[in-house]
Amino acid sequence: MTFVEKTNIMNGKEVRRAMTRIAHEILEANKGTDDLVLLGIQRRGVPLAGMIVEAIERVEGEKVPQGAIDITFYRDDLSTIGPAPRINETNVPIDVADKIVILVDDVLYTGRTVRAAIDVIMDWGRPRAIRLAVLVDRGHRELPIRPDFVGKNVPTSQREIIKVRVTEFDGAEEVVVGEVHE
Amino acid sequence: MTLRRKDLIGLEDLSRREILSILDTAEAFRSVFDRPVRSVPIMRGKTVVNLFFEPSTRTRISFELAEKRLSADIVNFSASSSSLKKGETLRDTAQNIEAMKVDMIVMRHSSPGAAAYLANVLDASVINAGDGAHEHPTQGLLDIMTMRQRLGNLEGKKVTIIGDISHSRVARSNIYGLTTLGAEVTVCGPPTMVPGAMAKLGARVEHDLKSAVADADVLNILRIQLERQSQMVFPSNREYSLLFGVTEDVLRQTKPDCFVMHPGPMNRDVEISSEVADGPRQVILDQVTNGVAARMAVIYLLSGGDPGQLGAPAA
Repeated sequence: MTFVEKTNIMNGKEVRRAMTRIAHEILEANKGTDDLVLLGIQRRGVPLAGMIVEAIERVEGEKVPQGAIDITFYRDDLSTIGPAPRINETNVPIDVADKIVILVDDVLYTGRTVRAAIDVIMDWGRPRAIRLAVLVDRGHRELPIRPDFVGKNVPTSQREIIKVRVTEFDGAEEVVVGEVHE
Repeated sequence: MTLRRKDLIGLEDLSRREILSILDTAEAFRSVFDRPVRSVPIMRGKTVVNLFFEPSTRTRISFELAEKRLSADIVNFSASSSSLKKGETLRDTAQNIEAMKVDMIVMRHSSPGAAAYLANVLDASVINAGDGAHEHPTQGLLDIMTMRQRLGNLEGKKVTIIGDISHSRVARSNIYGLTTLGAEVTVCGPPTMVPGAMAKLGARVEHDLKSAVADADVLNILRIQLERQSQMVFPSNREYSLLFGVTEDVLRQTKPDCFVMHPGPMNRDVEISSEVADGPRQVILDQVTNGVAARMAVIYLLSGGDPGQLGAPAA
């Protein structure tokens, strides 16, 4: 099976601009940086959360707390996972109780990852609110979950695959649509 | 990194990759203990039965905690309160339990091979929690995990195991796992407890404690089963302690950063002196903490999917 790339839908500049806009929208909705905590979902949500934190710092001159969460042990599909997935670090740097948590992920699809991530956060404390920021919303939700901040809406078919590439893990920054061929 | 197996019977059959995969997963579970909520929901709806045909405190509690922290449903069974007393065979007991639809059985039994036998007759996963003098794989894994936390890559590291090696399932699991990871293992004790044939397992046999500890990076001191004294394996506690007991005096002859492990329960001032057991070089309680994490990793990885699905691409 091979991944065949069809179209490049965002280049590095477009990704950065989208995350900068999301940073502004978060600040506007939250009326500033008070009580904000950004948590990226491992792995690609983590550098994306970092971009938002940097953008907020450029605008407000303040660095909001940032962390990472791994959802592996909160998945709902243990009996069908297949190969043991790689487990990454969970790092919640401050007490989330009464904070406004902005959960950041690369692609929003079925909503199951976000469901698991919400449970992870709840086990760390009781935030005042959890908001969701994603770079790409590709539709096909299986749970009643919606994003609060979206980089780009991309209508897809379920056969298609969205790949978000970030410098840390992929050496490039872009979003591509492709398909898997047998 | 996958465990393509239904059961964990011993470390003898595990590859280097499988052991490392379990250890990495165990470290991830270890970090969960420092969170406000120390359990994760991944095993919700799975049922695990702890079948203990031999008395055990530490191992049973450790497995129970591991299962609870994975949110599994658990049932405990101990031989003293069972129909074994009414003459039921192991196979019948296990098949009856399996008929109640359980996913996994953790078993401690006095007969070597009991876990492998059960694994063959049941569809449920079987984890060996000690079968006679054969293996105690999760103890081996937690020992290796503790060593790796201190020493990093175990390739070429020198591990000395002291005690009744020939009757010890802990020693066997340690030897298999450690040699697979490239460590150099020395076993030490009186010839009645460490026959020369132990070398066949890949360990260096040494009957003199001082030479056995001289270049060791870690000492794993096994419990002396005092009841064996009547079987003439050793003359007296005092004599064993004088020749093979690990004391401050023995530690002075080791490398300065050599540390001390013991699987418990300890006979203080027999195989290990109280000063050493409470001293700065021991990591005995780290072993206990790691034990829960290592068992969570094994339970989780053995439950991680139908072997038919393995190799399918991750979502």
